Amino acid sequence: MEPDRRLWRFHGGLHLPGHKRLSNVEPLDIVPVPARLIHPLGQHVGIPSEPVVEVGETVQRGQPLSRATGYICSPVHAGSSGTVVAIGPHPIPHPSGLDGDCIIIDTDGQDMPYEGYPPLTNYRTLNGPALRARVRECGIVGLGGAAFPTAVKLNAGAGLRLLILNGAECEPYISCDDSLMRHRAAEIIAGAQVLLHALEIRDCCIAIEEDKPEAFASLEAAVRRADDNRIEVVQVPAVYPEGGERQLIQVLTGEEVPAAGIPADIGILCQNVGTAAAVARAVLYGEPLISRVVTVTGHGVTRPRNLEVRLGTPLNKVIDHCGGYTDEARHLIMGGAMMGFALATDAVPVIKSTNCLLVGSDADIAPRQPASACIRCGECAQVCPAQLLPQQLYWHARADEFDKLDPYHLFGCIECGCCDVVCPSQIPLTQYFRYAKTEIWARERERRQSDHARERFETRNQRIERAESERQRRLEAKTRALKQTRSSAASKAVIDEVMARVRAKKAADERDAENGDGG
Amino acid sequence: MRFAPASPPHLRPATSVSRLMGEVLLALVPATAAYVWYFGPGLLLNMLIATTVAVAAESAVLALRGRPVGAPLSDLSVIVTAVLLAFALPPLTPWWVTATAAFFAVVFGKQLFGGIGYNPFNPAMVGYVVVLISFPAYLTQWLPPAGFDLAAVRPDLGATIYYTLSGQLPDGLSWDVIGGATPLDQVKTQLGLMRTVQEVRAQPLYGVFGAHGWEWVNNFIILGGLWLLYRKIIRWQIPLAVLLGLMLPATLFYLIGPGTYPPPTFHLFSGAAVLGAFFIATDPVSAATSDRGRLIFGAGIGLLTYVIRTWGGYPDGIAFAVLLMNMAVPAIDHYTIPRAYGHGHD
Repeated sequence: MEPDRRLWRFHGGLHLPGHKRLSNVEPLDIVPVPARLIHPLGQHVGIPSEPVVEVGETVQRGQPLSRATGYICSPVHAGSSGTVVAIGPHPIPHPSGLDGDCIIIDTDGQDMPYEGYPPLTNYRTLNGPALRARVRECGIVGLGGAAFPTAVKLNAGAGLRLLILNGAECEPYISCDDSLMRHRAAEIIAGAQVLLHALEIRDCCIAIEEDKPEAFASLEAAVRRADDNRIEVVQVPAVYPEGGERQLIQVLTGEEVPAAGIPADIGILCQNVGTAAAVARAVLYGEPLISRVVTVTGHGVTRPRNLEVRLGTPLNKVIDHCGGYTDEARHLIMGGAMMGFALATDAVPVIKSTNCLLVGSDADIAPRQPASACIRCGECAQVCPAQLLPQQLYWHARADEFDKLDPYHLFGCIECGCCDVVCPSQIPLTQYFRYAKTEIWARERERRQSDHARERFETRNQRIERAESERQRRLEAKTRALKQTRSSAASKAVIDEVMARVRAKKAADERDAENGDGG
Repeated sequence: MRFAPASPPHLRPATSVSRLMGEVLLALVPATAAYVWYFGPGLLLNMLIATTVAVAAESAVLALRGRPVGAPLSDLSVIVTAVLLAFALPPLTPWWVTATAAFFAVVFGKQLFGGIGYNPFNPAMVGYVVVLISFPAYLTQWLPPAGFDLAAVRPDLGATIYYTLSGQLPDGLSWDVIGGATPLDQVKTQLGLMRTVQEVRAQPLYGVFGAHGWEWVNNFIILGGLWLLYRKIIRWQIPLAVLLGLMLPATLFYLIGPGTYPPPTFHLFSGAAVLGAFFIATDPVSAATSDRGRLIFGAGIGLLTYVIRTWGGYPDGIAFAVLLMNMAVPAIDHYTIPRAYGHGHD
């Protein structure tokens, strides 16, 4: 062990009541396989995957149900063995509340495993691309909540020097990573070793907030057992939102990720501890991502706890396993108390990004007070981890003056919600920023569409104009040519006519003269 | 089961505007007590009149604007304005002067701009400056502090009420007997008469740092200010910058000409410097917002206060300095946008 690692701090942040003990005192429990599993085709960042099974087909546990249709995409796998009964729209957990395409399986209770992914226990003999391919085919995405395909992140290229495993878990109520670190520390360390090998680097730092001493001890012990001096477990102060990738990097290295860049630009790769464990299972056991640890918490559920849940399990089955709802249940939040989104129904499945189900009572999630005018106290700027001026952003966002948001870096906002929680005027600032972002994206899209339409229109006009002028030119040339031929002929005719007339006149005059002389 | 909609974050602020304003009022309690101890019950009377007029004016304008009256009044900001205004006025002030100041503070300083959050100027200072310019004679008569045998007679509560209502002292009392000018005013006048600072300060009005009584009122104002800092109701940048902006030039000139320029401690502990630094310049609505901007804003107030006190026509300059720097706030804010995360050190 090195002496204590130097730590930095990030701007702002908040010390929030954790409410972690609500869920992390019970041991990690396992939810039995339900009768029906619902697997959405799009449960990651990127384009949805494409089904490779048909209705009526029998599938095994871990069998791929879909394939990636692009680079930033990820397949989904059957949570258990059974029969595909439907492929089509079904309610999914999404802030929009809209349905999404899902593959629905009626399980057979056998839980027969799929044998398509042989364990790669010899992973040290394989190179980065081969390990990335395994991670990709096993459908692994970031389990911290973002669900970005891990294989894409691992393809960071040269210049990488540090792997950070994020076990900070700073958001109130969530304790799934805490539970995983306590109970599956060896898997996390194995995952770290696989990742270090795949990335060809020698430095891994696992960061845990100070309010999780059991998890820290458990990981320390696992590192000692693995006897791997490349891996260091570091305790960091408990400040929200330290689990944010950019904030954690700042705490551990003192460096900032460029606003328009990614951590790999400064040689750092950040993965959630759960993702590392999933990588270990995919590589060492040949097990695709078919389950995850979910925190079920809040005063609206009878027995809050952490559970290992098969992906695709309907939320109501998970809640049932926790003794059902209490009379106080008012809100169902997927995610934590700061960034989680509200669900209208529990008929949606657990997906790869489901880290927490917060069943809130009115005490957990109090109704918003009506907002009053901003008094410019600037507390929002004091706590903003992105070092923005939320009150200025609010001022312009509220007035729809989106062009004026530019110097205030709206898109640096990570929507952590700190500004909301300190606002004495109770202004829903984060909502305004989400609104402004979507509005700017929509306008950008509209502008691009109208630009495209205008370009097409202008090109068409030009084409017509060109064709017209071409036609005109040809016509003119023709007319000119015609005129030329015609004019030479005509003038000849005129001259001939005049000459004829002159001759005739002359003849007549001569005749007259002869007649006169003779008369 | 259907669930109620909600949008993140799901935690609610533990603070509110009325709580902030309430803490500001609380922080003024010790200073109020000290003030009444040294200068008599006039302050309480002024507070009563200013608050009544301010609340009435705010209610009337809100009603005229077709806005709900209850919620904006309950944020207590109008009471803070009235109380600060009362602090700025002399202990004996005729009611119509106080009422005019309160009316202008609330109506012209605040509501005509759109109410709380929209006023570019500090409302209390708007009201104060209006009466300072309109009724200068009433605003220069100050009582000497009690307990130092500085005056033959002190006006009792009855005399205070009589003066407040009529603008005249009761029979048997005159300003020659009961009072005089503020220390800052006196220093300015005496220096004008070619006396040295030492001669002026040798007079019985003056204490260790500033003037008797004023020192202690200011000590309690500092105490209240530190409380607000501790409670994070205000941040340190503005008070520190105001005091430094005043003290640095004061020290410099005192070192150059100790006979002509009063020492920096005198500047600090006489007049409204401390009240201005902790309670007036820190009004968030009319102040700069970024940390750097607040330092500039505060330093400007301190510096302008020194300039006005030393070379201007008024004995104290806090009010004018605050209003002038209020005008500069949009420009300061524009040039002090903090560097956002990931945007390099340019």
